[in-house]
Amino acid sequence: MALQAIFLLVSAFTLLMALGAVLARNLFHAALFLVGAFFGVSVLYFLLEAEFLAIAQIIIYIGAIATLIVFAIMLSRGMMGPEAGQHNRYAPFAALALFFLFLLVAWLFNIARFEYSEQAVAPDAIAQIGRAFVTTYVVPFEVASILLVVALIGAIMLARERTS
Amino acid sequence: MDLSFLDLYPLGQLFLDALVGMGFTPQAAKVIGWFVGAVILLLFGINLVIGLIWLERKIAARIQNRLGPNRVGPFGLLQTIADALKLLTKEDITPFEADRLTYNLAPALAVFPVLMAFAVIPFADRVIGSDINVGVLYLIALGAIATTATLMAGWASNNKFALVGGFRTVAQLLSYEIPLAMAMLIPVMMAGTMRMNGLAQAQGQFWGLGWYVWVLPAAFLIFLTAVLAEGERAPFDLLEAESEIVAGFNIEYSGMKFAWFFLGFFLNSFVLSAIAATVFLGGWQGPFVEQVPILGVVYFFGKTMFMYYVLAWIRATFPRVRVDQMMDLCWKVLVPLALVLFMLVAIVLKLNLSAIHPVAEGAALLLVNIVVIALGTWMMGRALRGPAPLAKRAFTPEIPRL
Amino acid sequence: MLDQYGLIGALTIIAFAFPFVGLGAAWLVRPKRPDPIKNSIYECGMETIGDTWVQFRAQYYLFALMFVVFDIEVMFLYPFAVAFDQVGLFAVVEAIIFVVMLAFALVYAWRKRALEWQ
Repeated sequence: MALQAIFLLVSAFTLLMALGAVLARNLFHAALFLVGAFFGVSVLYFLLEAEFLAIAQIIIYIGAIATLIVFAIMLSRGMMGPEAGQHNRYAPFAALALFFLFLLVAWLFNIARFEYSEQAVAPDAIAQIGRAFVTTYVVPFEVASILLVVALIGAIMLARERTS
Repeated sequence: MDLSFLDLYPLGQLFLDALVGMGFTPQAAKVIGWFVGAVILLLFGINLVIGLIWLERKIAARIQNRLGPNRVGPFGLLQTIADALKLLTKEDITPFEADRLTYNLAPALAVFPVLMAFAVIPFADRVIGSDINVGVLYLIALGAIATTATLMAGWASNNKFALVGGFRTVAQLLSYEIPLAMAMLIPVMMAGTMRMNGLAQAQGQFWGLGWYVWVLPAAFLIFLTAVLAEGERAPFDLLEAESEIVAGFNIEYSGMKFAWFFLGFFLNSFVLSAIAATVFLGGWQGPFVEQVPILGVVYFFGKTMFMYYVLAWIRATFPRVRVDQMMDLCWKVLVPLALVLFMLVAIVLKLNLSAIHPVAEGAALLLVNIVVIALGTWMMGRALRGPAPLAKRAFTPEIPRL
Repeated sequence: MLDQYGLIGALTIIAFAFPFVGLGAAWLVRPKRPDPIKNSIYECGMETIGDTWVQFRAQYYLFALMFVVFDIEVMFLYPFAVAFDQVGLFAVVEAIIFVVMLAFALVYAWRKRALEWQ
């Protein structure tokens, strides 16, 4: 019961932050709202007892990716001073279309049957994840490293073009 | 004489039972317990920092052959309170057209992660705010929030220098999080748990020789260097140094807002010392700590204060490192070393040498660490030499023979 | 397990509110005499020349990028480290392969001079 209330509160917070990220006039404010949305998602993960995922969300999304986004925005355009908001003339139409999409998705979620697991989260969940990394999911584990290397090489090539 | 009743751990349960006795439901008692615990941790941190600032100033002063604060109160102990009162009553000069919300939010967000860190520091066995399963990562996540606060402070001041200072500080903080995380990874590998109390518990063998600093000195040194950089302490404090003209991202902050940044700095040093003491020096472990549990608090503070002294000592001793040297040190020395150390330690641990002799595994780890330290010293020498001169000399100077 | 985060949740609220209490106390106590010269941006004693716009170097972006990649790598290694006692020797080989690939990435960045400050 209390958990339900906390969940609703956190979800509302996350949605407000996400809305702010979309509607903010100033790009840096938008980035900060995004950080707030990431934090809200992390708390939702905590509520689901997925603590490793929640912590990883904070470390990677807020720590690394939000900072990267801020730097990337600075690289492409200055961020000092007020920015004009959305120039998009079709924004209201997009909002309307997205509203209908939202109704569709809500209806789908309503009629879908989700399987619940009645088990409690194992106390050694992180060890289980670690074991899974090297036994069942070893190929995705290694492919992830290749993916990271490829991303790094690509980004360095692109960024070096700007500097040279 | 059985002194095992001298333990702080049962106090929590006693408090909850008292609340239930007063008529609260167990659930409500738990929630009240959380808030009371949080307030205790907060007050502890804030009161501690008064002594910490005084201590650091005294240590720096003595090393520099001067007296340090000694006028306000006995031995200058009230100096920090005087400084805090001064900052409290100073006028807050908000720069022209600074972004109001971000500008005011940044100092709070800068001191917030440091206060949060107190929740996972084990002061004695099981005397910890909350022994969560992701303790070590929780601390790294708090570092991530600190970088966001720095970005906000730099941007909100509407000042070129603050903005650039903020970016440079964030680059420094981000870069050194990698060696920090990797250096903490290795004790986690040895202990098999990320819980901070679990890490302390795993270092109890061999009467003090089970501390990870003895078998993993390379990891400890990498960790110490990363801690110096994460805490923006000397010799890595180029971006905010007091003798620099432009004080980095907190130029435009005055009064209480600056006080929060300042406080956060010293509290951060303490927290990092506490983490070093827990992860590498065995935390609350020490002689007779099973029989008399409250000794754990004594040992913990002793080790933490020792580490704090080491940090202050380093600050008073070493010259500042140039910013490009600092980044080179991180990416070209510490990160490769940490990766190599991780791989070697993983191999050594899997060789299962403790089957041969209890000390064999420790000795092998120590050997590996010494190799890595030697490698690191060589790499540092090469990396910090700086770029080679671009042109050959126009002439070779004759060395006069006398 | 959720109970463990109760204290942390309480501390989040209190630790976030506390600095504002301090700032509020300061607001009550301090003088408020804003003045255009006092409020001007600090630029070594002079007026700001030109727009407050700085040439943002791509180097910061590259450092942030390196951080993203290595941060994710470290996050992958932590569960492995926690499960270390329970996995066999081959798991160490797999982890070493993982780390070696990222070491290649580091060497690549080093050779391409993405790690220079200037």
